[in-house]
Amino acid sequence: MKTIEEIKAAIEAAVPGAGVEVVVNPSPCAQHSLRLDPDSALAVARFLRDDPELALDFLSNVTGVDWPDREISEKVKVARTVAKTVDGVEQQVEETVDEIRKRVEPGCLEAVYHLYSVVRKHGPVVIRMRTGNRTDRVELPSLTPVWRSGEFQEREIFDLFGIVFNGHPDLRRILMWDNFKDHPMRRDYVEPDDYEYEPTAHDAVLAKAQAHRAAAQAGAKGQEGAGAAQ
Amino acid sequence: MAVDQDLKIELGKQGVFITTLQELYNWGRRNSVWPMQFGLACCAIEMIATTMARYDLARFGAEVFRPSPRQADMMIISGTVTKKMAPQVVRLYNQMAEPRYVIAMGACAISGGPFKQGYNVLKGIDRYIPVDVHIPGCPPRPEALLQAFITLQKKIDAQPLTGPGRPRFLDAAAQGEFPVPVPGEHDLEPAFNQGVWPLPVLQPGKKD
Amino acid sequence: MTASFKSPAEPKLNNLDLAPSSEPGISGDLLEVAMGPHHPSTHGVFRMDIVLDGERVIRLKPVFGYLHRNHEKIAENITYIASMPYTDRLDYICSLTNNWAYALAVEKLVGLEVPERAEYLRIILGELTRFQNHASTIGFLIQEMGASGTPLMYAFREREKILDLFESLTGSRMMCNYMRFGGCRVDPSAEWLDQVRKVVAGLPAFTDEIDRLLTSNEILMARTQGIGILPPDLAVNAGITGPMLRASGVNYDIRKIDSYGIYNRFTFRVPLGERGDVYDRYMIRLLEMRESIRILEQALKNVPGGPIVDPKSKIRGFRPKPGEAYGRIEAPKGELGFYLISDGGPNPYRYRVRPPSLVNLTILEDMCLGAAVADVVIIFGSVDIVLGEVDR
Repeated sequence: MKTIEEIKAAIEAAVPGAGVEVVVNPSPCAQHSLRLDPDSALAVARFLRDDPELALDFLSNVTGVDWPDREISEKVKVARTVAKTVDGVEQQVEETVDEIRKRVEPGCLEAVYHLYSVVRKHGPVVIRMRTGNRTDRVELPSLTPVWRSGEFQEREIFDLFGIVFNGHPDLRRILMWDNFKDHPMRRDYVEPDDYEYEPTAHDAVLAKAQAHRAAAQAGAKGQEGAGAAQ
Repeated sequence: MAVDQDLKIELGKQGVFITTLQELYNWGRRNSVWPMQFGLACCAIEMIATTMARYDLARFGAEVFRPSPRQADMMIISGTVTKKMAPQVVRLYNQMAEPRYVIAMGACAISGGPFKQGYNVLKGIDRYIPVDVHIPGCPPRPEALLQAFITLQKKIDAQPLTGPGRPRFLDAAAQGEFPVPVPGEHDLEPAFNQGVWPLPVLQPGKKD
Repeated sequence: MTASFKSPAEPKLNNLDLAPSSEPGISGDLLEVAMGPHHPSTHGVFRMDIVLDGERVIRLKPVFGYLHRNHEKIAENITYIASMPYTDRLDYICSLTNNWAYALAVEKLVGLEVPERAEYLRIILGELTRFQNHASTIGFLIQEMGASGTPLMYAFREREKILDLFESLTGSRMMCNYMRFGGCRVDPSAEWLDQVRKVVAGLPAFTDEIDRLLTSNEILMARTQGIGILPPDLAVNAGITGPMLRASGVNYDIRKIDSYGIYNRFTFRVPLGERGDVYDRYMIRLLEMRESIRILEQALKNVPGGPIVDPKSKIRGFRPKPGEAYGRIEAPKGELGFYLISDGGPNPYRYRVRPPSLVNLTILEDMCLGAAVADVVIIFGSVDIVLGEVDR
C-alpha cells in the first residue's frame, strides 16, 4: 500500500485544488490520517474509491469527535523597560519578564472516516473533515453518496454531535427521539439530573447531590413537588 | 377462613378432601402464570435460556410465552429500560389484563445498573409501574429467575381474596391505568410516577 | 464458489424499482405497519416502519435507539480498563470477542505485545464464541420460520456446554470480562483445557445433526432460497461484513486479511456463498461452525506455557500517550472495531464502537422491498443482529 504522503500526492495530482493535509498520529500503530477540505471532499472521496490502485471501496467506520473551545495559557518572554534602582540611581532598564497570555482556541466538530479496500485487501486510510465551529457553521458534505455504509453512521453523528451532512439522503435523529433537542455526545452536554442520591454522598457526587436537593426544594415550593426530580 | 391442618390430614385419610375457595383459587392462579414474550436486553438471553431444556421453566407452569400483552399474566422486565423505550413498556403493562405481575430482572431494570450514568437510561422501571419481584444480577443466572418465579408463586399463594390485602383486580377502587410518560425536549415527562414511586426522602448524611 | 467481484458502482438507494400497485387487480390503499419495538421476532427492541401494498413491502424504515445505553459517553468518563465490562454488554451473546476487539485497539494505541499463551487462549475462546453465536443464530432463524422450539433447543443445549466452560474459567456465563490489555485475566488449568477438548470433540456431532435436520429440509429451502438477495457490489459499498458479506460471495475475512492474533498459523477455509440469499447465509454460518471446530482442534493440540499478560501492561496509572488507534477483529457478526483517541489522560478522549450489527442493517430495506411480511421476518433474522450492539 502507498504511504500517506504518496496518497496525498496522488490526490493532489488527480483532484486539482484539493486541500489535503497530513495529520501525524504519534501512537505506535502510526495510522496517520488526511484532513480534507470540506469543499473538495466529495471529489476526493470519489477518487479514493475509484482509483484502481487505491480502490478504497469499503468505508468501515465513521465517527464524530468534539473539540470544544480551549483556553490556552502560555508563558511568553516579553521584553519591556522597567524602572529600577541600580547603584542608588534610578534608571530605565530593559528586562525580559515572563507573562502569562491566554488565548481561546476555537473549537470544532470533526468527522473521521476509516477506509479499507476489499479488492486490494489493504487499509486503513483515515480521512477527516472539520467544521467551521461548533454552533452555526456545522455543515460538512455527506460521503454517503460515495459509500452507502455512511448512511446510519452519519445519521448517528448528526444525532449525537450535531454535524449537518449536506447531501445525506435521510438525515434524521437515529438514536434519540425526534423532538429531543440536545446533542448528548458533545463534551459540554449536561444530562438531566434524575438520580436518587444515597445519603452518604461525597466529593463530586456530594456537590451534585446538593445542587439536586436545592433544585428539588425550589421545585417543591414552586409547584408542590411536581417535577421535583428535575 | 383457615382450616385446621390436623383435621384436614385426618379427613384426607378418610378420602375427604377439604379446602378453602381462596386456596383453590390461588393454587390455580399460581400454577399457570403466563409470561409475556418480551425481551429488552442482555437478560432476555438468560430468560430464553431459562425456558430451554436445561432449566425448563415449564416445570412451574410458565412455559407459555405469549407475544400479546392481552393474554399474558406476567411481564419480565429483562434488561435495560431506556427513556425511549419506557413509554412503550408502560403502555404494554397497561394493556395487560388483571391479574398482572412484574418481575424486574437484573440490575438495569431495578435501578439502571451499570448504565445508570447514561443520559438515555431509565433509573429503574419502578418509577412508572409497580414491581412485584426484583432479581439482582447482571445478568441474573437462570436459577435466579426460577427463584424469582417461585417467590412470585408464594406471593400469589398468600394473597387473600377479601380485605385490605386483596389483589388489585379484586379492588374496584385500585388504580388500573398507569400514566404513560411522554418524551420531552430533554427528558421524559414526568420523570417518575409519584403514585407508584414516591420521591425518596433525602436524609442528609453525616458528611453532608 | 469464487466471487466475481465487480468494481463498485454508485450506490442506489433503492435497488428495486417498485411503483405502488403496478399489478392489475390490486388497487392499493397503502397500509403502514409499525413492527416493533415489542415484537417477538425483532430480537429485542427494534422497530421497522413498513409500508405495505397488499402483501408486498414497498418501504421499510428501521427505527433505532430503544436500547441506546450511552456506552460511548459512559466510556469517555471512566478509565480504559473500566470499559472492559461494558464491552461485554455490547453484543451480549459474544462477550469474549468484544473484549478481544477492545483489547486489540488499546494494544495498538499503546504498543503492547501479547504473550503466546494468551494468543492461544484468545483464539480458543473467540472460536468457541463464534460457534455458540452461529448455533443460536441458526436456532433463532428457524424459530422465526415457525419451527418453534426444537432447533433452538438443540442450539441452546450446545450453547450451555460452552457457557459452562466460560463460567468455569471467567466466573460468568455471559459477561466474561476476560481479556486484559496485553493478555488475559486468569490462567486456565490443564483440567480446563481437557474439558474444552472434550466439549470440542462433541461439537461436530452437533453440526452434523443440524445439517441432517435442516439443510435439505424442503420447507426451509422453500422459505429461504431466493429470498432477500444481496448483490456483492452493493454489499461492499454498504459496508456489510461478516457472514452476510461472504454469503454474497465476497472473500473478505479479517482473520485472513489482518491475520490479527496468530490466525495465520492455522489452516482454515473461508466459506463463500453464491447467490447471497437467506439460504446462503444459513449455510455460511453452518460451514463457519465447522471451520471454527478445525481451528479449535489445531489450537488445542499445543497450547504453550508461559505468562498470560504482557509484563509492560499496567492496571494502575494506565495513561496512553496522545494519539489514536483503530483496531478491528472478525467478530461473529462482522467487523467489530474500536476507535480510540487518547489525550494522555486516564480516560479515553474519544471512544467509538464500530458495530457490525448497525452497519449490516443498512441494506435491510433493499433486501426486503417486494417481499412479503412473513419473509421480512426471515430476512431480518438472517442478518443476525443484537440490539445491544446496534444501539449501544
